Amino acid sequence: MEHYSEKVMDHFSNPRNVGTIENPDGVGHVGNPMCGDVMELQIKVKDNIITDAKFRTFGCGAAIATSSMATELVIGKSIDDAQKITNKVVAEALDGLPPVKMHCSNLAEEALEAAIKDFRSKNTA
Amino acid sequence: MKTIYLDHAATTATDLQVIDAMLPYFHENYGNPSSIYSISRITRNAIENARTIVANSIGADPKEIVFTSGGSESDNFAIKGIAQALKDKGNHIITSQIEHHAVLYTCKYLEKNGYDVTYLPVDNDGIVKIGELEKAIRPNTILITIMHANNEIGTIQPIRQIGEIARKHGVKFHTDAVQTFGHIQVNVDELNVDFLSVSGHKFYGPKGIGALYIRKGSKLTPLIHGGDQERRRRASTENVPGIVGFGKAVELALDIMENEAKRQTTLRNEFIKKILVTIPDTILNGHPADRLPNNINISFEGIEGESILLNLDMYGIAASTGSACSSSSLEPSHVLLSIGLTHEFAHGSVRFSLGKHTSQDELNQVAEILPDIIKKLRAMSPLYNK
Repeated sequence: MEHYSEKVMDHFSNPRNVGTIENPDGVGHVGNPMCGDVMELQIKVKDNIITDAKFRTFGCGAAIATSSMATELVIGKSIDDAQKITNKVVAEALDGLPPVKMHCSNLAEEALEAAIKDFRSKNTA
Repeated sequence: MKTIYLDHAATTATDLQVIDAMLPYFHENYGNPSSIYSISRITRNAIENARTIVANSIGADPKEIVFTSGGSESDNFAIKGIAQALKDKGNHIITSQIEHHAVLYTCKYLEKNGYDVTYLPVDNDGIVKIGELEKAIRPNTILITIMHANNEIGTIQPIRQIGEIARKHGVKFHTDAVQTFGHIQVNVDELNVDFLSVSGHKFYGPKGIGALYIRKGSKLTPLIHGGDQERRRRASTENVPGIVGFGKAVELALDIMENEAKRQTTLRNEFIKKILVTIPDTILNGHPADRLPNNINISFEGIEGESILLNLDMYGIAASTGSACSSSSLEPSHVLLSIGLTHEFAHGSVRFSLGKHTSQDELNQVAEILPDIIKKLRAMSPLYNK
């Protein structure tokens, strides 16, 4: 198998922002244990800015590293800017992923989308 | 950091004595074994000597041994060869759901080419359901192919019994013995087999060499056409150094087999017990007793195999997994699903396979490191909330 970049290994072995947030403003829970990866992303939002993000992931090295990177990328961004973060952006921030692992980065994008959707649904009323 | 290599079922380091035996057959003794002159007699004799060693080790006649490029070729040769040779007699093949891909995908290929294949289920320990075998045999069944021991979970099949059933119904029987040959006793008459695949690099021989045992009088269409090598069973100039190394590896394996099987079984059982006791929500995959002496396969609930392997690798520990994330498909191992594991457990499997150099000390180190790795990953997992 093609090996992981140093950045992937760094985020895998020292994942940033692992855990859960008390009273999160948005939660995204995506993936399926059948496919071997599940990600839960929680965000805290203040004045439309994501002030904190935490994740928990069941998955391979790429899934954990992309989860970690995604949290780093969204913290400090506005909801609108965070929404523009695609799986490609996350993968590139990790100096790329082996081709067979690209699907793992979808997980982070989907979790982010779900968390933002959850946040918006709670804040449009 | 010293590597703790626990992936011997994947491959082994070629023994230095094997390499020494091979070396003269690259440069000094290079003659084409098919030629008539004296320097070719040396290589011819070396091949026949290796053939005799391999034949004797499984209770066969040297004429019944064909050297191949390895286990996958032997499996392909046996299955496609019989399918082709007996196509006028029938088109039905029986195999199991937990075969190595070299057998499974060969059967799938034949299915696309007009053959009919029955994939027998296994029980939760990975033993083929013998009762279903007899029911599956039809008048047009031409081959039963069931592996001797499973490469992932180590379960050893009741090959002798399966062979008896095959013989009773006049059906040819092939077994993939890649994981057992060189590790436990393999005898073609005791096992009632007509064809048996073996590979060199699983027991300290070189890669790229294997053999197929073909019982005398069996019809088999060649896979590789060309010259008259291997009694016209397999064309191609013989891999002389590989064959010599293969013979040497068999010799060395036989010398230590009994003691090693005992030693590894003890190490295996102690390690399994220790892990199951110290790490909660953990199960052993495969049969607890009828398993390869060197095979340990454990599933850890709520976490994924590749992430366990990467963590082990940071400590220099090499093992393997049945998780989907180790392959390009999203499906976890067909073997683990066939023994009834849920996807959560199937994705969290790790195989440790021991070898002749594996020490008690190495396993102690792994047993010490593993609980922390599992704990760390479970703390990160949304599927583990205990």
